[in-house]
Amino acid sequence: MNIIEINNLVKIYDDRKSVPVTAINGISLSFREGEYSTIVGPSGSGKTTLLNMLGGLDEPTSGTILIAGVDLSQLKSREVIDFRMRNIGFVFQAYNLIPVLTALENVEFIMHLQGRPKAERMKRAKDLLAQVGLGDRMNARPGKLSGGQQQRVAVARALASKPKFILADEPTANLDSRSAETLLDIMEKLNHEEKITFIFSTHDARVVARAHRVITLEDGVVRSDVDYPEH
Amino acid sequence: MIPFLSWKNIWRNKVRSLIVIAAMTFGIFSGLFTSAIFKGMSDRRVREAIGKEVAHIQIHDPKFLENPEIGLTLPDPGGIVRFADALPGVKAAVGRLKIVTMINSSAASSGVTVYGIDPDREKEVSELYAAVYDSVTLAEKLKLIDPSVVRTYLKDSTGSWFAGSLRNPVVIGESLARKLKVRINSKIVLTFQSADGNLTGGAFRVCGIFRLENNAFEEMNVFVRKNDLAALASLSPDESHEVAIFMKEPRMLSQTMHSLRTEYPALDVMDWKTLLPDVAMLDDLMTVSMVVIMVIILAALGFGIVNTMLMVVLERVKEIGMLMAIGMNKLRVFNMIIVESVLLCLTGATSGMVIGAAMIGIFGRHGIDLTAYAEQGMEAWGYSAMMYPALPWNFYLIVAALVIFTGIAASAYPAWKALKLNPADALRTE
Repeated sequence: MNIIEINNLVKIYDDRKSVPVTAINGISLSFREGEYSTIVGPSGSGKTTLLNMLGGLDEPTSGTILIAGVDLSQLKSREVIDFRMRNIGFVFQAYNLIPVLTALENVEFIMHLQGRPKAERMKRAKDLLAQVGLGDRMNARPGKLSGGQQQRVAVARALASKPKFILADEPTANLDSRSAETLLDIMEKLNHEEKITFIFSTHDARVVARAHRVITLEDGVVRSDVDYPEH
Repeated sequence: MIPFLSWKNIWRNKVRSLIVIAAMTFGIFSGLFTSAIFKGMSDRRVREAIGKEVAHIQIHDPKFLENPEIGLTLPDPGGIVRFADALPGVKAAVGRLKIVTMINSSAASSGVTVYGIDPDREKEVSELYAAVYDSVTLAEKLKLIDPSVVRTYLKDSTGSWFAGSLRNPVVIGESLARKLKVRINSKIVLTFQSADGNLTGGAFRVCGIFRLENNAFEEMNVFVRKNDLAALASLSPDESHEVAIFMKEPRMLSQTMHSLRTEYPALDVMDWKTLLPDVAMLDDLMTVSMVVIMVIILAALGFGIVNTMLMVVLERVKEIGMLMAIGMNKLRVFNMIIVESVLLCLTGATSGMVIGAAMIGIFGRHGIDLTAYAEQGMEAWGYSAMMYPALPWNFYLIVAALVIFTGIAASAYPAWKALKLNPADALRTE
């Protein structure tokens, strides 16, 4: 079952001060529930732009994105934020944790935004942190955690809202190889055991090597879209 | 969780936050202490004016204050006193004769108002008797070991409130005594037109000298026994030009005024605010002035907060973008910044209020002595050179509300800037 349907998506950046730039040029794609996909391509190929639009952070110039049957372009901005909170998880390249909150509070925060009760928030946040191997670092602030540990907290945070899929933009770019492998092991396990849908944007060969599907973008168009069921 | 996050955010940059908090502490303390000095001065002036000068309410013949003729006495003053005494909230009422006279000593003369009073009754209600320098007061002031022994030997030689055996005693103010060059036991002569139209006069002995913070009152008013004055003025001691009423419960003043006006529609019933419009105006304006002082201080501090909160937003563009991305809506982002600003302001304001309340408490008890610098000048206007700062507790609530408003107003623009951020762009910033 397709969880995301992209039809003839176009994104042109035109700030009226410089020449308009076409970042995405008529892409049509779909993603199935439980997929572990990677979008690759050189810098400027449109990976991050596509991910931003999938996450409702940016609006397409034309075309439609349907997520679980909902057309994001038909939602008001307030509804998009709410939709994002309930349906999409984000893992960023620079971790982007809230530095003044502990690991536990960072994971709990999004559930607070969802209005879930305190007891439920605490239990789920602790379970998720244990799942990503940080059961003993729950009360540490991001500044006291390594890059790999911070990114694992970010994964736990992305999972906290029980999203339909997780968008991970260059999640291993700032990590050493050991931390990157650990992180990828965790995400792969989550995908395999809990059928969490992951969509990566990456340059990292280690991520690509584990992907079940690799979509190559170039100049805003899909150059190839290959499945690797054996991964 | 938003207030929790906002509070934690304050302490990200401790030095910057502490500078803002210190500025707010100092500003609030300064504003409160300045306000307390003015309020203390005003309150003391009102207390002095009511307790020693005019009482809460005065009743006269309608023409008397305009033209204080000796014949304009009140009808049945005893009845008025009894009626007023029976009203709830009233401490007591006293009837007085009040005649404009010339006062002469061997050295000088002056125009004064002489009050014919019942000293014992007056002592029960007015605080003027306490302003008379008697031997005990002086002994205490001079820190003599046993003031009561001093009294035994000096008896009334340093003055008293109509105690002693002098014939025709008079109590006068210190300024008038200085002007007339008289002292205790000196003879003065009062001259005025009696009720039957003849020029009359009488010799009086100074039995006491009172000292107030109002030089003008000291210089313009003298007090004699009602019987003595009535005999000279060809009036009955039962007659009065004025009934002065002192309140036990000042908050019931308007209710008492209403009862008196209803009962005596033909008489002039005036409260202290009408009798002393300058003091009343100052009292009324004081709260407004204090709020204005605080608004000016907070407005100045507000610009500093705007700057701080703008820096906060600019430093956290990426983080705000992330918060928006994971689902924090605009209202929550706005609230987070507003609450941070309000908490920052309230932290400084609370410490300013605590320090301010402590200092006001200390100086309110011991006073700030400006007699070496401004005694004559201030007392010429009726104000004491000893200042006792005082502030009503509800003013602290007003200040707290103003601080919260400042926090909101000062962070509105930075918060609005945060709302304008596009999460995708914000996440791209370094």
